[in-house]
Order: sequence, then structure tokens, then C-alpha cells
Amino acid sequence: MARIIVVTSGKGGVGKTTTSASISTGLAKRGHKTVVIDFDVGLRNLDLIMNCERRVVYDFVNVIQGEATLNQALIKDKRVDTLYILPASQTREKEALTKEGVEKVINELSETFDYIICDSPAGIEHGALMALYYADEAVVVTNPEVSSVRDSDRILGIMQSKSRRAEMGQDPLKEHLLLTRYNPDRVERGEMLSVQDVEEILAIPLLGVIPESQIVLNASNQGLPVILEEDSDAGQAYDDAVARLLGEEREHRFMTAQKKGFFSRMFKGG
Amino acid sequence: MSDTANPEVKQSFQLKSANISLTALELYYFDEHEFEANLRDKISQAPGFFKDIPLVISLDKYEGIDSEIDFFKIIGTCRRHNIQVIGVRAANENQRRLAKGASLALMPGGSVRERPTTPEAAAEKAEPVTETPAVTLAPEPAATKIVTQTVRSGQQIHAPEGDLIILAPVQAGAEVLAAGNIHVYGALRGRALAGIHGAESARIFCQSLEAELVSVAGHYKIPEDLQNNGWKSAVQIQLKDDVLVVSPLEKG
Repeated sequence: MARIIVVTSGKGGVGKTTTSASISTGLAKRGHKTVVIDFDVGLRNLDLIMNCERRVVYDFVNVIQGEATLNQALIKDKRVDTLYILPASQTREKEALTKEGVEKVINELSETFDYIICDSPAGIEHGALMALYYADEAVVVTNPEVSSVRDSDRILGIMQSKSRRAEMGQDPLKEHLLLTRYNPDRVERGEMLSVQDVEEILAIPLLGVIPESQIVLNASNQGLPVILEEDSDAGQAYDDAVARLLGEEREHRFMTAQKKGFFSRMFKGG
Repeated sequence: MSDTANPEVKQSFQLKSANISLTALELYYFDEHEFEANLRDKISQAPGFFKDIPLVISLDKYEGIDSEIDFFKIIGTCRRHNIQVIGVRAANENQRRLAKGASLALMPGGSVRERPTTPEAAAEKAEPVTETPAVTLAPEPAATKIVTQTVRSGQQIHAPEGDLIILAPVQAGAEVLAAGNIHVYGALRGRALAGIHGAESARIFCQSLEAELVSVAGHYKIPEDLQNNGWKSAVQIQLKDDVLVVSPLEKG
């Protein structure tokens, strides 16, 4: 059975797709057979960040509607050979994602993959609900600002009541908080919420803190999951997050503004 | 608020549900003279208690013949002792017909919940009776709702009959409502409305007041009014003389 993980946030532009790309790449790099599904029908971006947009022939909706087989639609990643991408349709309506159709695809993927990463669209509409419906775990991507925290809280509430696990009365989804675009300098100046503030409000376990970095934007533009920028702080922070997702204990880093502390932590933490 | 929300013609009244605790007289058999003697005896134990009380005649345990019940005599006797008979809990159709004939309200049947002190126990006590020697028609203990999970933004938790107890934070953008009291064992960041059916004695308790709105029986306050008093600390909120009062929870 595959572990089904939704990457969600409620709010748009906080880094869901960047996170989906990096987490799926990180899991695959460790040898786990991983597929990442883009649920953002009509606004697909995952294929751009994964640099496979020119190889999209069939998509998720084609598979749901029986116009293509899963094997025809899955795109094999060129960098990591245990990683596959199921792109979203750019031309269909979101309603094309039916509960039954999504279930069929996820069940079929579960037979061969270890990890299924569902990249949720923003908002709390149909696409976002479908992305989280079959999930066992959720990575809630949050920026350190009030509106993002509020939206994350909203999506956590929706997972409590509208996921399949909630409807079947099973154990709730395992929740992980991933704080992205974190800028310790601005936190110190009081311009951003601190890690502690966000943790206290959302009250879910912290998976990782990704520092705000120009590297993230550059990597996205080049079609490179930032986790592959192994020398960058953002890349290393994602690597830590993936390790924690797999049960490894790793100290949180990139959370303080002091440069000295930053380097000493980096060498210690590896 | 309702005036602006409802620009239509203002109505002369509003119907509201109310739970009223009544005293019931459980009749075993009826004899005019004995009834008055017993009544006088009971009243002498606690004259103040019985003055002008509304009374329901309960026939659940009536053992005599239905035709012996004379509601007009019962009403008359009671009225002479300043007790107002308002209704009857009848056990059968005959009794209902008799009650209707005397223009008495028919109270819904069902089990009469007895107070822990039974009439016998109360009668045995020699102390001045402040409790009713008759069985009280107490409303069923209102259902308390207990929530253990964080109440997230966009969620609404409703306790339509009783108290609401939340063993977690109530987040901004969430709403919790109760007919009775609201207890939040965590931060209250959302909206909390207690006494939604008009119970002015309802209170709100929380461990950290950061609410978007608090309301008791329709009297509300928003953060602007709250920030100077008890903000981000453990407080209780209650209605005193039509004003919402925030007071700190003493640590015991």
C-alpha cells in the first residue's frame, strides 16, 4: 500500500507546487517509487517546475475519463528514475475530477508505487477537496503571515470533516506543518510571524522550515526541484523535511538570523 | 440590530422557546376535604414557597376512579391558598377530557423526573422546607456537548440545548454557539455565543481571551471593546445588568 500525502495550504502562492516537486524528488532519490499528481486542473504548473511540460501527451483527466491508460499518461522523470509525474489537464473543467475517477486512479497507482504525492490547487473548492479526499497524511504549507496561517487552519478543519478518513470514521489524517518563505531577519524585526507563533496557532507538528531564498525562484524558473540544489539552504531544508517525513530525527535549522550560528549548525547537521 | 437586519414591519411579539421549572402535585386519590387539609398542612411548612406558584396536577400515579377527580374543586381549593393550577399531566383520555373541561393546559406526558429528594424523604426531614415537597417537573438535564479537537477556521460547533465544553483552542474564523455556557480550555480566538436562546445567566469561560466576538443572550462585544480588559488571559464573561462583564478567572 502506498502512502498517500496531500500537499495543501488553502492560500495560493505559498509554495505548494514547489514543495510537491521537492518532496517527491527527495523521496524518489532515496529509492522510493514515487508519483506526484497535479490536481490543479486548468492551472497546471507542476510539469513546469519538474521540467517535463514538453513531454505531456495525456493527463490526469484523460485517464479518469478512460481516454488514456495510466501508463500512457505517467511521465518518467529524467533526473531521478523512481519518480513519475501525472500532469493536470490545462483545458478541462475542475469537475472532471470525480470522486470515483480519482479513486480508480489512486487505487491503481497504489499497487505499484510507495508514495503518492497529491499537489493540491489553492482554495477550498472541488479540486482541493479531491486532492485531500483520499490522503493518509497532509503537508500543510504555510507562510509566516496571518492570512496564510488562517487559511491553513481552514484547510485543516476541512480535512477533519471532509476527507475519506473522516467520512469513514477512521483515524484522522496525519498532519505536518511546513513553514516556507521563512526569513529570520524579518521575524526578528517583527515583520513576520515566528515559527513558534505559527506552531502555537495551528497546533500541529512541525515538519520543516524552508528559508526564503532567491534560489527557490531561480530553480522553479529553470524547471529544477529546489531539493536538487544541494548546496543551497532551501534545498537542504527540503532534504531535512523529507528525512523527517521518513521518520528520521533531524534538528531544525535556518531558523535564526545569526550567520555564525547558521554555519555551525550547517556543518553539525550535515 | 434586528431592526436594521429586518426592515419589515416591527411585530408586536416574538415567540421564543423557554424551559420553565414547575412544581407538580402528584395526586394519588381525590377527596375534597382531605385534599384541602393536606394542602394546608404542606403550606404551613413553607408558607413563602407556595405563595403564587404555578402548579401542575400530575395524574401519573392516580389510583382512584377518574370520575372522582373534580378539577373545579381542586382549582378552587388551590386558589384559596394562593396557588395557581395551570395544567394537568393526564395519564388517559378520560382525564384529558376532564382537564380540558376545566380549561386546564395539557402538559406533555412521559416520565416525571424526580429530584434526588423524594417526597417521602422531604417529608421526613423536620427542617424548614425550602425544597418543594412535591415532585418538581425539572427539565431533562440539557445535553452538554464536549469537543476535544481544535475548532478550526470555518467550522461551527453548536450545542442547541445545553453547555458546550471545548478542550482545545477555538481558532480565528471558527464559531461556537450554545444555549447554555461555553467553556474553552484553550485560547478563544474565534466567535463564541452563549445563551443563544436568551439565557441571560449563561457565561463564557476561556483560558486566553483573543476572541473575534463574544456574546451572551444577544449582548455582544468585539475585540475593540475587549482589548483593555483581560485580553490574552483567562477570563469569564457574564451578563450583569444588561452589560457584558469580563472578569479574570482566579487561580485556586
